[in-house]
Amino acid sequence: MSEGLWDILLLKDASTRTVVSGTALLGLAAGIIGAFAVLRRRSLVGDAIAHASLPGICVAYFVVGDRNFAALLLGALVFGLLGSACIAAIRDYTRIKEDAAIGIVLGSFFGLGIVLSTIIQRQPSGNRAGLDGFLFGKAASMITSDVLTIASVAGFILAIILVFFKEFRLLCFDRQFAAVQGRPVAVMDLLLLALIALCTVAGLPAVGVVLMAALLIIPAAAARFWTENLTLMVALSGGVGVVSAVAGTLASATIAGPANSLSRGLPTGPCIIITASIIFLVSMLLAPQRGMIPDLFRRFSLKRELALQSTLRHALQGAPAPDHRPSLPIDHGIHEAPDQSAPRRETDA
Amino acid sequence: MTSPAAAESFSSTPSAGASSLPPIAVEVHDVTVAYHRKPVLWDIDVCIPAGRLVAIIGPNGAGKSTLIKAILGLVPLASGEIRIFDKPLRKARPLIAYVPQRETVDWDFPVSALDVVLMGRYGRLGWFRRPGKADRQAAMNCLEQVGMAEYAHRQISQLSGGQQQRVFLARALVQEAQLYFMDEPFAGVDAATEKAIVSLLRNIRASGGTVIAVHHDLQTVPEYFDHVLMLNMHLVAAGPMASAFTTDNLNKTYGGRLTLLDQAAEAVRRAASPRA
Amino acid sequence: MHVLAISANDAWTIATAATCAVACGILGCFLVLRRLSLLGDAISHAILPGLAMAFILTASRDVVPMLLGATVVGVLTAGLSAAIHRWGRIPEDAAMGVVFTSLFAVGVIMMAWMPRSLDLDPGCVLYGVLESTSLDTVHIAGIELPRAFTSLLVTLLLAAGFVTLCYKELKLTSFDPALASALGYSVALIHYTFISLVAATAVVSFEAVGSILVIVMLIAPGATAHLLTDRLGRMILLAAGLATLSSVSGYLLAIYLDTSASGMISVVSGAQFALAVFAAPRHGIISKAITRAALSSRIAREDILGMLYRWNERKEVDPAAAPLAGGDIALALRRPIAARMAMRRLAREGLLVSDAAGVHLTRSGIERARGIVRSHRLWETFLANHLGLPLDHLHEPSHRVEHFITREMQSELTTLAPDTDPHGKNIPPHHPAG
Repeated sequence: MSEGLWDILLLKDASTRTVVSGTALLGLAAGIIGAFAVLRRRSLVGDAIAHASLPGICVAYFVVGDRNFAALLLGALVFGLLGSACIAAIRDYTRIKEDAAIGIVLGSFFGLGIVLSTIIQRQPSGNRAGLDGFLFGKAASMITSDVLTIASVAGFILAIILVFFKEFRLLCFDRQFAAVQGRPVAVMDLLLLALIALCTVAGLPAVGVVLMAALLIIPAAAARFWTENLTLMVALSGGVGVVSAVAGTLASATIAGPANSLSRGLPTGPCIIITASIIFLVSMLLAPQRGMIPDLFRRFSLKRELALQSTLRHALQGAPAPDHRPSLPIDHGIHEAPDQSAPRRETDA
Repeated sequence: MTSPAAAESFSSTPSAGASSLPPIAVEVHDVTVAYHRKPVLWDIDVCIPAGRLVAIIGPNGAGKSTLIKAILGLVPLASGEIRIFDKPLRKARPLIAYVPQRETVDWDFPVSALDVVLMGRYGRLGWFRRPGKADRQAAMNCLEQVGMAEYAHRQISQLSGGQQQRVFLARALVQEAQLYFMDEPFAGVDAATEKAIVSLLRNIRASGGTVIAVHHDLQTVPEYFDHVLMLNMHLVAAGPMASAFTTDNLNKTYGGRLTLLDQAAEAVRRAASPRA
Repeated sequence: MHVLAISANDAWTIATAATCAVACGILGCFLVLRRLSLLGDAISHAILPGLAMAFILTASRDVVPMLLGATVVGVLTAGLSAAIHRWGRIPEDAAMGVVFTSLFAVGVIMMAWMPRSLDLDPGCVLYGVLESTSLDTVHIAGIELPRAFTSLLVTLLLAAGFVTLCYKELKLTSFDPALASALGYSVALIHYTFISLVAATAVVSFEAVGSILVIVMLIAPGATAHLLTDRLGRMILLAAGLATLSSVSGYLLAIYLDTSASGMISVVSGAQFALAVFAAPRHGIISKAITRAALSSRIAREDILGMLYRWNERKEVDPAAAPLAGGDIALALRRPIAARMAMRRLAREGLLVSDAAGVHLTRSGIERARGIVRSHRLWETFLANHLGLPLDHLHEPSHRVEHFITREMQSELTTLAPDTDPHGKNIPPHHPAG
């Protein structure tokens, strides 16, 4: 292996170190908040927020002019929350179901974003390069201040989750029960939504609109296979987020594309997502309790056991029924004629 | 294990058996159903005679709906076999009508009551053919039978719970089946609809049909039905009301739940006292 | 004054957009009704690797391999999501999210890997190149047609043909899949045929309008039409009309503002939906609010009439009873403003007069009030005699129900009821005795 490769893998290079720490923090925050999003059936709300935030970025651009990063993110946050409010309103006040509401809001907000960004591009001072970065993300160009932004967002999310862990657990497990207990479920729901939006917006510049949703969903879904315990699942999900972020970033930095391809390396965002998908796939196949392969084995053995019991029963007519079945002193044919209502097993008599 | 053989023998020679014994409508043979790896029905083995109103009762989670769905082939069997009128399910489909629980469909769906009833004819129409005038007439007749003719062109979300249930019943009637499966037909309906459903069930029986219904209200079981099938993951008891619907069997089915057992005792008392 | 100049190219582009919108809109009705809207979203993202794979393998933009590749991936998305949902016991939306984002990531990487000669702007994936579709043409039977328009027209005919041919089957499996399988229809066959058609339509549209507009075109017209009508057939036709309208007006607006056409069409479709949410005749928020307000005002008016009628009864027994003042009534209703408004309206309709001595029913007011009190007491009787409710539990439910008892119900209740209610009060007849 060449020197250069080792430099990257051992994080000797300062810029690699910056990018890796940025994506890792993002993976952690997204994994943790994503666990709640998935359990609360809010998986695709992150997707909708990510798409809906685009016009916010454009509007902020109109207002504050050149790339003021904080202002762009604030605009994105406002429109992201506005979009999710629209989804909730459509779901609650019309006959349209949530899935269609998500699709409509996501698409038309994003359309508005495209309309606005095209107008920005036509302006003499316009520079759409910054906006295009939000569509697919440019993790490789992350600088220290970006990492600090992500770090503070991640710290904030972590703090809120730690403080309100009990409430979020109740919210995800049984919203109605929580409401009956007098918990302010609407407020908690809103807080969860705000955290999802915050995390999504913070991640947009790094992984882009479409793949930000993936970072929320996939680690949580992978963690779900391994445990039935919420605390453990949240921790695992955060862990999967960090691992896929680090591995994906390093992969994108080290694997070179073919010589004549468009870009030199591979895009970072997709590499992170694909790493996470591989972890998900392995979890789905192999996890001991909920995994597919162990489940297949159990199904097979259940079938075999049933067949065995049935054979035994037929063979041992007259002997007591197998263990799972207390002997039932009832007639099993339901006929009025006396000969038909005779017990079907001698044991029943 | 003599009954299945006996059942087969007499239903294969209908001319001999018809005089004294009712034919078998449904034959459930050693059926086990499992969701994932948790069995919800263990080893059900029962024959249900034709021409009777049969109630399936049992506590929540006893597998009542699952039994119906298993018979209809809507959930896979882990083991066992089911025969309907001594045929495999695939061949018996035209003889069967199914009334699902009301919550299973989206009542905002843009169809009228008549459209929903017409769906009952789709089975006999087969692929691609559209319902014709005769089907429309049959559907209107069935709406008439359940007292819903004037609501034929209402969108279904504008009907009350009882009216929706009647539309479902009309949809089952229009199938002109011999065997009706109903999943809690009395759940959440008004008194008038309950009466209408009961008389409908009796009409079905009078014309030789069989009804198998999941039922919740123990008080009305003996009044509305002839046979009972008591279920709590296992089959606890099955038979004519008088012999199977006993306090002892109810005890076994519901396992010591006080309020329910009080209800049951009351119901048994009422079943025992002769009624006009 | 800005004049819109529409060139022949623009006309072709509008035709392309409208064809695409109608094809998506027709199929989209069933996506909305089957609660599969997100599958439309998922498929339109997930077909990217299929397209990229076809690009790489054939090194060309040939339509057939692209269509095949993307349709396969689209159907795979549906199948994989369902499998993960069922086998992995992961919520459906999360399962879908996992599948389509992963496939999209694979697609983006494949595009990065692509030789430079097959330049494909990643932005186009999201918002398409609608404006330039009219430049790429094919000759069919001597006529020069835009390639995208031709393939979209074929797709539209396929979609319309499928929906017409399988209308009954689609309706049944969308409404009640359990009944469909009980009747012997193969729900899975219909589902996957439908999904592959959606995927194929998404692929063909995707090239012209990008993945985001595909989502909007699939979902928005159907959802808007669902708010506007209660019949499936009408809903489909309406969706097709709305789709045409939004693509034409969206495109013209885009020319006017000199901006992205597919973005503008999405915005117009969204606005159309928002308009329907508020202003739909029966299911809109405004009309629902009006209905609710009208109902509560009717209830207030009927309560006042009933109150005055009961006071008249009391006066017959006790002639010294003080007359009811407007203030008393407003207080008794607990909603003073609504009560004042209701009294004003009753006075305008000539049902009551209000003077210095108090408020009184007119002749026609007495007529109307009698019906209401009759309903109330009939219902009380029914509750007491048939449901065995105790006397002190009768008033409240009857007070709620009295406003909804029709003439037919009254006459049905009459056959069950005597002349007095359980409290011993007279049940007033339809017409004044005598």
